[in-house]
Amino acid sequence: MKKNKTFPRQSWTFDEYTNTEIRRAAETGIYDIRGGGSKRRLPHFDDLLFLGASISRYPLEGYREKCTTNVTLGTRYAKKPLELEIPITIAGMSFGALSASAKEALGRGASIAGTSTTTGDGGMTPEERGQSKHLVYQLLPSRYGMNPNDLRKADAIEVVIGQGAKPGGGGMLLGQKISDRVAEMRTLPKGVDQRSACRHPDWTGPDDLKIKILELREITKWKVPIFVKIAGARPYYDTALAIKAGADVVVLDGMQGGTAATQEVFIENVGQPTLGCIRPAVDALQDLDMHRKVQLIISGGVRNGADVAKALALGADAVSIGSAAMIAIGDNDPKWEKDYNKLGTTAGAYDDWHEGNDPAGISTQDPKLMKRLDPIKAGKKLSNYLKVMTLEAQTLARACGKNSVHNLEPEDLCALTVEAAAMARVPLSGTNWIPGINSK
Amino acid sequence: MKLDLKKTKLRKVNETLQSIDPKKNNKNYTILNPDGNHAICVGLTDDIDINIKGHVGYYCGGMNQNANITIEGNVGTGVAENMMSGKIHVKGNASQSAGATAHGGFLIIDGDASSRCGISMKGIDIVVKGSVGHMSAFMAQSGNLIVCGNAGEALGDSLYEADIYIKGKVKSLGADCIEKKMNNRHLKKLDKLLKKANLNKLKSKDFKRYGSARKLYNFNIDNVLNY
Repeated sequence: MKKNKTFPRQSWTFDEYTNTEIRRAAETGIYDIRGGGSKRRLPHFDDLLFLGASISRYPLEGYREKCTTNVTLGTRYAKKPLELEIPITIAGMSFGALSASAKEALGRGASIAGTSTTTGDGGMTPEERGQSKHLVYQLLPSRYGMNPNDLRKADAIEVVIGQGAKPGGGGMLLGQKISDRVAEMRTLPKGVDQRSACRHPDWTGPDDLKIKILELREITKWKVPIFVKIAGARPYYDTALAIKAGADVVVLDGMQGGTAATQEVFIENVGQPTLGCIRPAVDALQDLDMHRKVQLIISGGVRNGADVAKALALGADAVSIGSAAMIAIGDNDPKWEKDYNKLGTTAGAYDDWHEGNDPAGISTQDPKLMKRLDPIKAGKKLSNYLKVMTLEAQTLARACGKNSVHNLEPEDLCALTVEAAAMARVPLSGTNWIPGINSK
Repeated sequence: MKLDLKKTKLRKVNETLQSIDPKKNNKNYTILNPDGNHAICVGLTDDIDINIKGHVGYYCGGMNQNANITIEGNVGTGVAENMMSGKIHVKGNASQSAGATAHGGFLIIDGDASSRCGISMKGIDIVVKGSVGHMSAFMAQSGNLIVCGNAGEALGDSLYEADIYIKGKVKSLGADCIEKKMNNRHLKKLDKLLKKANLNKLKSKDFKRYGSARKLYNFNIDNVLNY
């Protein structure tokens, strides 16, 4: 009797990616380290839609009527708040993780677009300061390159407590990227694997943080705003504690937010999606009567003007981009496909930023590869991208009848999925139902 | 010049010390009634002498450059944190994280220092005349930590290229920290630092040196239990 042939059934649990990871771990004896943020499918801004104007609300003319985008960050205590023309900032990325020319490109692009860029673990480079009209200086647990002279040159200071890609984890910069210059700036021997600390060396809780912020204000004569960056872990409590500690601005980074390098298991299994973090953070601001007095910057997977507009509608004052800015200046560009193939990957999926072999010359310290990135051209691309995002956000705001992108509100949105409706606290499309809020 | 924290706000005191007028040539300052206030004498840049008459809170002398600060009392967390240069002398005891991440300068503590003394130090020289608590010199990168008394648990855990000199007992060493040989260069350097701290009666040969085994500098799965 002839046997019926069936289609070979692959396991959902042991899919091909899982199997290759098991084989790789067995072969190498080391967990996977990579850059970027979570790659898994998560509830995100795509799961929200704007309702647009209708009989009850009238729209503004697309290219004629004013729709403002400027934002002031640090209005609570700073003598000189940060005045930005657009509500999209560039997130902290270190010199060391990125090449000096990539940092310069980020500064150039941000400055042309009228926004800020941010240092990272490793200090401030002259290229970056020189090309950045508004530069935010990060105070990280490692304090690599931390220098009071640079602190006084900053337009704002960001105390980094967590990163969306790795809440509770420190950074990594593997030996191959510790060049002479990086080693000197970080006071490390050349070629060692650098493990950044995961907690600050001189304070441990919110009461200590308050005193730390006092010290930073005293050193900078209360001139510049103090940001506190937190990962999307416990957004309500962390935002409330940051406010209590005296932050001018809270930067909240969801799990789609990128990192230069950390363990894959960390990136994919710790933290909360950006979408799920915004409303609890806004709750904390509102409960303390600090919404719009302490500004909220949201980051983690922001890609286009729609994402910007949705984050603002949910209560943020601005957003921040990292991975998207890298793509804008040339990261994962298909024009380097052959080189990506040689590294065993493909354009769009390359994430071994820690290895220092980036064909695009961005996440590398290899002089030959670095030459591939022209900071002037790359900066121009970034400014174009930032302007497009701004224009997109304005387009959506006008369609909702708003003369400022900051006037967008949750009532302008509906959700495509029950999960997104619950997280964003907007009605599921076609219903008045907001899971967890009402039963309609 | 006397600055009284009972009568003058912290901002005004720090502002005065941060904005020294070289024409006035006033190099000596006394701070009265510190009363445990935080962030006293932070962000100073000039070569001036300051005497603080009493106990201070957190981050005294934080990020100091060039100033010579003496505290006639105890200090809270993070004295001399991220100091770049200059000298800070604590005549009492110090709380945790003394000299944390400091890149340069000289910190002397006449009494004991609590946990994490010299954490992530990046070039500072620290002399503690008493003992230090646990996790001292954790992730220390560069500089010298000299302890005339004892050291607590996990001394020098995950340290890089800093040198640690202990005269008394060490409760335990942290990951990748080992006792190392003292050669003439180390003895000479230690003698110089002891002299600088006015510890003329102590001899460098009575100290033991600890440093990095450098086994954890590059990740190796076989070291996983050390991490």
